[in-house]
Amino acid sequence: MKYKILFVAIIGLQLTACSAEPWVKPYERAHFADPIMSFSRDPVAAAYTNHVYQAREGARGAESSQGGGCGCN
Amino acid sequence: MPGVPKAVRVAVVGVTDRALNKSSLCYRNRCIKQRLITRRILFRILVITLSTLGVLVPLLAAVLPEDRADVLYHSYDGGGIEVTGPSILWRKMIGKYNSVMANYYIDAISSASIDVITSASPYSEHRTEKSVGLTSINEATTMNLAYTTSSENDYDAQSAHIGFSHDLFGDLTTVSLGYSRGWDEVGKSGDPTFAEDADRQNYRLGFSQILTKNSLIGLDFETITDEGFLNNPYRSVRYLDATSALGYSYEPEVYPRTRTSNAVAIRALYYLPYRAAIRGEYRLYTDTWDINAQTFGLGYTHPLEKDWILDFRYRYYTQTHADFYSDLFPFQQSQNFLARDKELSSFNDQTIGIGISYEFSPQNPTFIDKGSLSLNYDHIRFDYDDFRDLTVVTAPGQEPAYSFSADTVQFFLSIWY
Repeated sequence: MKYKILFVAIIGLQLTACSAEPWVKPYERAHFADPIMSFSRDPVAAAYTNHVYQAREGARGAESSQGGGCGCN
Repeated sequence: MPGVPKAVRVAVVGVTDRALNKSSLCYRNRCIKQRLITRRILFRILVITLSTLGVLVPLLAAVLPEDRADVLYHSYDGGGIEVTGPSILWRKMIGKYNSVMANYYIDAISSASIDVITSASPYSEHRTEKSVGLTSINEATTMNLAYTTSSENDYDAQSAHIGFSHDLFGDLTTVSLGYSRGWDEVGKSGDPTFAEDADRQNYRLGFSQILTKNSLIGLDFETITDEGFLNNPYRSVRYLDATSALGYSYEPEVYPRTRTSNAVAIRALYYLPYRAAIRGEYRLYTDTWDINAQTFGLGYTHPLEKDWILDFRYRYYTQTHADFYSDLFPFQQSQNFLARDKELSSFNDQTIGIGISYEFSPQNPTFIDKGSLSLNYDHIRFDYDDFRDLTVVTAPGQEPAYSFSADTVQFFLSIWY
């Protein structure tokens, strides 16, 4: 019974979510096409900035874009 | 099942019917019943897993990155270290469903940092990093593959990455998964017999969600595990030594050979009523070396007329020191693991940055759709709590806490074609 409930719940969630109208309609998303609405508008600059911090701070991971390499000291 | 493609509907209904029909045999044969129960459970697990991963949801449109090339010059100057070099990033669609990228990056390093001038000699070196990648889309799913090599005279690194992202719920939600594996080879200048390895693995899970027609949030988790030789072979720790004129002496650092870290970050973007954007970021970090860190960031993007974009940003970072870090150990080999690397000390840094970008649409050559010239400047201030400035000679442990400022400049040309 527990499996049935879980099965129905997950399938129901998926299908409901798929068939439900998105609360922000496609024609209301014009602002997201604007380049200024980006966490890292210029990938080459974001990668460099992350690299600067990764080489000088103890924390790493979950950056807005992936850095790379060592570049220590 | 409205909204589900017909082929998927048929597959799900067909498999479900077959499983239910076979269940009637359970009354006649206990063995068959056991097998069918097992199959049904496996089927349910399969469906639940596929459902959870979004495989059965309607497939929607993902978008490939734009065809774009960037040529960047970067400069870092602070704390006795100068790093300059170019970075060239190129991306091009191949057909409708694939995009390839390549990146070539150089760090030309000249170092006379506080660590170097107090316990070693200034040096210069080059690091060259090369990356290639492939992005493929299949309806709502995007796959990323990348391979990177990094080479210095005493350090070589390779890494491979695979990642998937999938758009859900009418493209309002994007879920992404990523895995990277890295292989480092550590050498030591002047000691050809020194050769160590370090293996690294990154696991990344991300969500982004459109909240309203003006706002977007992102949530990212990343776990990184390292195993192998993780310290810098040139660095030393100091310990009290009454026989030394300075009152202290040096011995090599010794780090644990494993490290696991977890980071979670939440980011938000909001489109203001007058075509400008404001963004915020918070990251929480912890690892098995007992470093706990937090990062706060704020940014504001303001277009001027139609061709200019201004960026303003502020970032604050703070961390606690690793549990085997000390600025001054009480005696030689006083513990199993020893570190005096300032990146492992307690400190904070603050960044104030500004960026300006000019967009243009050249008439020639005709294959260029648009271009931009950008200049970014950031000023970073580092203030250490328990890393002392040994250029000031006084009683050991009484030196002032170290601090320095750094400036970074990025100037780059971008073209879209």
